[in-house]
Amino acid sequence: MDKATGQVIRQHLIDPEICIRCNTCEATCPVGAITHDDRNYVVDADKCKLCMDCISPCPTGSIDNWRQMPRVRAYSVEDQLGWDELPAEVSADDLAMACAASGVEASAPLADVAPGAASAGEGDFSGARYGATRPPWSAAHPFTNLYGPKAADESIEATVMGNVRVTEVGREYDTHHIVLDFGVMPFPVLEGQSIGIVPPGTDAAGRPHHARQYSVASPRNGERPGYNNVSLTIKRVLEDHQGRPVRGVASNYMCDLRVGDKVQVIGPFGASFLMPNHPKSHIVMICTGTGSAPMRAMTEWRRRLRASGKFEAGKLLLFFGARTQAELPYFGPLKNLPKDFIDINFAFSREAGKPKRYVQDVMRERAADLAPLLTDTNACFYVCGLKAMEDGVVLALHDIAQQAGLKWDDVGNALRKQGRLHLETY
Amino acid sequence: MSTINYSEKIPNNVDLGGDRALQRALEQWQPNFLDWWGDMGPEGSTDFEVYLRTAVSVDPQGWAQFGHVRMSDYRWGIFLNPGDADRQIHFGDHKGEKAWTDVPGEHRANLRRIIVTQGDTEPASVEQQRHLGLTCPSQYDLRNLFQVNVEEGRHLWAMVYLLHKHFGRDGREEAEALLERRSGDENNPRILGAFNEKTPDWLSFFMFTYFTDRDGKFQLCALAESSFDPLARTTKFMLTEEAHHMFVGESGISRIVQRTAAAMNELKTDDVGRLRAAGVIDLPTIQRYINFHFSVTVDLFGADESSNAAIFYSSGLKGRFEEGKRDDDHVLKGQTYKVLEVQNGKLVDKDVPMLNALNEVLRDDYIKDSVAGVNRWNRVLDKAGIPTRLSVPHKAFHRNIGSLSGAKVAPDGRVVSEAEWTAQVDHWLPSAEDRAYVASLMGRVVEPGRFANWIAPPVMGINRQPVDFEYVRFN
Repeated sequence: MDKATGQVIRQHLIDPEICIRCNTCEATCPVGAITHDDRNYVVDADKCKLCMDCISPCPTGSIDNWRQMPRVRAYSVEDQLGWDELPAEVSADDLAMACAASGVEASAPLADVAPGAASAGEGDFSGARYGATRPPWSAAHPFTNLYGPKAADESIEATVMGNVRVTEVGREYDTHHIVLDFGVMPFPVLEGQSIGIVPPGTDAAGRPHHARQYSVASPRNGERPGYNNVSLTIKRVLEDHQGRPVRGVASNYMCDLRVGDKVQVIGPFGASFLMPNHPKSHIVMICTGTGSAPMRAMTEWRRRLRASGKFEAGKLLLFFGARTQAELPYFGPLKNLPKDFIDINFAFSREAGKPKRYVQDVMRERAADLAPLLTDTNACFYVCGLKAMEDGVVLALHDIAQQAGLKWDDVGNALRKQGRLHLETY
Repeated sequence: MSTINYSEKIPNNVDLGGDRALQRALEQWQPNFLDWWGDMGPEGSTDFEVYLRTAVSVDPQGWAQFGHVRMSDYRWGIFLNPGDADRQIHFGDHKGEKAWTDVPGEHRANLRRIIVTQGDTEPASVEQQRHLGLTCPSQYDLRNLFQVNVEEGRHLWAMVYLLHKHFGRDGREEAEALLERRSGDENNPRILGAFNEKTPDWLSFFMFTYFTDRDGKFQLCALAESSFDPLARTTKFMLTEEAHHMFVGESGISRIVQRTAAAMNELKTDDVGRLRAAGVIDLPTIQRYINFHFSVTVDLFGADESSNAAIFYSSGLKGRFEEGKRDDDHVLKGQTYKVLEVQNGKLVDKDVPMLNALNEVLRDDYIKDSVAGVNRWNRVLDKAGIPTRLSVPHKAFHRNIGSLSGAKVAPDGRVVSEAEWTAQVDHWLPSAEDRAYVASLMGRVVEPGRFANWIAPPVMGINRQPVDFEYVRFN
């Protein structure tokens, strides 16, 4: 997403508790974005170009702080001058709310990440630095924002054509595969793009609900090939990230839909998390839970191409994590895919009687196969799932590169620049 | 152009190879410098590999390259910020004229004096700190000490380059003399008083890097405005390195205060005896060290009324701190400034011509900057729920230079009698007992990630490395 028009920015901030006011950053900044008073040194978000020139000269490390903020709510210079310490991160929910209210892709900032300057030590590794903001070279051209507050039509009506559970029945988790049909109205999407669902009604304050964003789980030519429909993978939200009970407005609305119901949709969103299309391009997919949706879409598109005999297949490598096997969406269909088509690696973190295994653990076990792909310009990496996995996964890639004698800064920066590492976490 | 040439004997970005006479002169000075470093540099460090920051170019990406470097293989070089061919003099009588690329004859003596005085402080502080490695509180701190030391060495190189390049034979002689004076030597001392004081322990070292290196920052900032463009360019680059030294000081004291506050809360006491028994540095002692280092450092700015200061400014040799950001006429004729003097047992303000008071102007800017950091130490106390606050003493306290020299003034700014001074001095300045106690805490801790009992670990490591990283390989 273009930073100039993006609604969510990655705001550069200086930690007032660590800064010693040495003025090095202000003297270094080529665009005069840094200023100070008697108390604090601060960065003007409107001027900062994220060139990172100030990062390595800072003797304290206080300069290297970032917050995702809706642009309209970015901390002003005056706010920052009054701080004694950095404010807490805005929660993902607040961020999503502020974004969806203006019809903007909440995950855009995750791709809108400044390039890494300081080389990362294990203590404080930020995977987001290496996420690409451009698609791979052979990506198809995406359409975005055809419907939304700023488009000609605020939303498009879709009809529910199917709603099935894709995890075992009778558990506390409940994931649904939902098919939406757009009839004769245009709604072209690519694998990796997402759409927004606007739940009907209003919230407690009487305002319309904000849109929730979901990755499409179907390939470009429809959930059913040749039809104008898409599928979504939606988990019924019954608790928040801390395990406190909370009933997700949109997810419960969606999971309870019946065939024939009408839904208001905005989008499509996303111009970077897109698959490569050239022959022999490899795709490494790393996901947890409903983060599998874009992986399913890409896998299915490749499967259809292969079935039609039109594609000279590259490798597909999947790392799929969940708490237990029962919780894994699409477990059955995945098992039926041919081994020579896709190399599947599961990681279960709460399987009774077994040690916890996370996707990054399994990735490390497959280091010998992953290392060559890191430097293979035909290979693209996709990460989708909970925010918490992002740093761990990129750190695993980092370690795999280093163990193979590669310099991570070179590898990581190449992945980012060539549009070969895509992160979509929430 | 700005890439530093490491293939030459002396790394540089000033095309040294294009001036053979200068190159030969510096190559003759280099072994003398290395001998001096061997004799007076950090004791016993020759074989250590230290995680140091080395400049490979002067642009933001290049000047902060980190890696383990054997101390004896450290490559000191000559780096100037890129020049601006159209730079104009922006203050003093020559305002609006083109900046000088060489030394005008009439300012030669004064410029040489300025450069020698600045240059002399660089080896002096290395000498003052040479034994500290033996009592470091952690590997992390040891690394920071060595980083400070090698950069002071590089700053010496920067000044010697100017002397050799622009001051002919006089300059070469001065460059030799910089290696001959010794900090604290009775017969051949360093030029400025504070640089002949001892730095016997790490509390003193952190105080020195906080207060005295900050004097360096202000002097360098004033010189970075100079009409003599090579001086302005070299000091600009030195400032980027100086910042690290102040970081070491400010964070060092902050960590000591944090550790003391933790012990005070643990033991629920502010009793000095009990805190000392617990092996931490009590706040009154820290305050006395502040009083000492602050007062000897404000002396470094020179006499409060100085005709030299006026000449340096009007002739364009040395500007004010942030000259370019001030919105006055940058000539200062006919303006006045307030300085302090003692009249009838009281401190009173006196208006003097601004040009003559420029030392005082720089001193006041310095004080403002120093106070800000002390307030950040107070935030550590505030966070820990400790009501005590640290402060800098009145600027007339314990002065030995200028019109306040010898005046007996308490830290709160009261003029006091000789008798009161004598009775109180051990409450105001570190006593022999304080120094002995602090010295007793100094033991060597070098296991990665371990810290001496009297200091808290830092919030983060160097260059995003973990705190328990192996910053020094001892071999």
